[in-house]
Amino acid sequence: MDFDVTRARERCLAYRRRILDMSQRVTAMHIAPAFSCLEMIDVIYHGYMRRSPVAGGEPFADSFVLSKGHGCISQYVILEDLEVLSRKELDAYCTVQGHLGAHPDYGVPGIEASTGSLGHGLGIAVGMAYAEKLKQTDRRVFALISDGELQEGSTWEGVLMASNLKLDNLVLFVDLNDYTAMDRLSVEHPATYPVDEKFRAFGWEATQVNGHDAGALVASVDSRSGKTPFVVIGQTVKGKGVAFMEGVPIWHYRSPSKEEYLLATQDLRQVTA
Amino acid sequence: MRNTFAETIYEAGKSDPRLVVVVADISPAGAMQKFRCEFPGRFVNTGVAEQVMIGMCAGMALRGLRPIAYTIATFALFRPFEFIRDDLCYQNLPVTVVGIGGGVTYSTLGATHHAMEDVAVACALPHMSVIAPCDPSETQAAANWCARQTRGPVYLRLGKAGEPDLSSGATEPWEFGKARYLKKGRDVCILGYGPILKLAFDVADRVEKAGRSCSILSVHTLKPLDENRIAEALATHTEVVVLEECVAHGGLGVQVQAIAWSRGAPCRLSTFSLKDTFIHQYGSHTDLLAAHGISEHAISTALGLD
Repeated sequence: MDFDVTRARERCLAYRRRILDMSQRVTAMHIAPAFSCLEMIDVIYHGYMRRSPVAGGEPFADSFVLSKGHGCISQYVILEDLEVLSRKELDAYCTVQGHLGAHPDYGVPGIEASTGSLGHGLGIAVGMAYAEKLKQTDRRVFALISDGELQEGSTWEGVLMASNLKLDNLVLFVDLNDYTAMDRLSVEHPATYPVDEKFRAFGWEATQVNGHDAGALVASVDSRSGKTPFVVIGQTVKGKGVAFMEGVPIWHYRSPSKEEYLLATQDLRQVTA
Repeated sequence: MRNTFAETIYEAGKSDPRLVVVVADISPAGAMQKFRCEFPGRFVNTGVAEQVMIGMCAGMALRGLRPIAYTIATFALFRPFEFIRDDLCYQNLPVTVVGIGGGVTYSTLGATHHAMEDVAVACALPHMSVIAPCDPSETQAAANWCARQTRGPVYLRLGKAGEPDLSSGATEPWEFGKARYLKKGRDVCILGYGPILKLAFDVADRVEKAGRSCSILSVHTLKPLDENRIAEALATHTEVVVLEECVAHGGLGVQVQAIAWSRGAPCRLSTFSLKDTFIHQYGSHTDLLAAHGISEHAISTALGLD
């Protein structure tokens, strides 16, 4: 597939800047989790999600479920860029005047499932993908889960069912940043690894790439066999793009102060991989 | 009830290709097997995995299908509770969750299989409608409604098998959200829901033998509750009994008490609900209800008949 990686880097830099600007209006916004999955959501929307040919209805001809709901600020800024959401809607983020919250809400344009509680999105995506099979459409379903969601039993229920039902129209992204709210997985929950082999054991086709490398993400999704559900495990850095946020747990939740915001915007560089 | 439900869904499924049945490893008896054989793509068994049963139903409903999640009540509602809350209720999706063997129907299997608080818990969920038919005929009407409704999520609480017909004498057809008299008298009124209403008929015989007349009101829809019909029953009978196979907290009994209080009902009111405890007892369904203090004798005593 044609995918302009240079353009993607420019977009993601602008998205990070936009997110930092929005961060000044709220005290909490899950900025670091949003930065870790930004390139993956960018690839999903700009690389794979086809626009709906019918005006006024659903904006896309494919589905995307952001199971990692706390990363939704990245989804919002991309939907704004795609003109599915307006600048006015984003400017009213987390305010009583608006309808965009810190977790995605079904009914908001472009948001296909209400998430926030972890471990829900994959099951919903499996149901969506199966519905498309029954309806015999070519609509594909993309989903993105956090690595913390690999601790939810419900995620593995979905992994099993996707494979049992041979859902070759399902593509899952895992944001493997190695951090949950409290701990590093590699330290506290080392049995999480290896992730790709676990998916393969359950009948999925799996690849693992640098999750900030749009080119690698696209190459891996494009090279899937299309015979089974497919997972791309993106190794990422929590807080990627702002040096002082990278791998620092407090940024899981907190918004930067004015000083930290200025520092972050000065520090912001294109993520090259 | 379960066969009537399956037969009804099978018939509805013939004309509606959007209708999908999702079960979690429950043996598809009778007509459900027919649905599975005839529409294999529209019958999904997630195995012993109730969370993905509900999650998949949500995903399918989001993509325009009409899923029915179906398993034993405790596993249909309690095990995947937060998935029902977030995936179905929060998103307000037209998915029917069928709980088989509500209350203490599975009387030899122990409390892991007793859905003693299912109606109370389901009623507490925003957007959720709750229906508990009393017999196969009400099950058929309710299942037909569920297969066609677009209102949102529904918890449909059924018994198991062999329930007698109780509603053939009803003067009104079954209608969602409308309580209806299965029998109309003037003195005593027994109101409740589910197969336990068989007890109401047994007690009504005794009431009538004692020279009083007895109404039986099927409150098959617990949410939204037909408060006006209940208030009318409270106003027009001298003695009202609420009978339910559910714990008192959050059940119909306390709701009827609230209606009686707010409307200044002049009648005597007594309520029979399951005890607020897990009983370690086995036997017939009747035995288990009696252990919870619900029996023909106990109700008759409350009505001054014994």
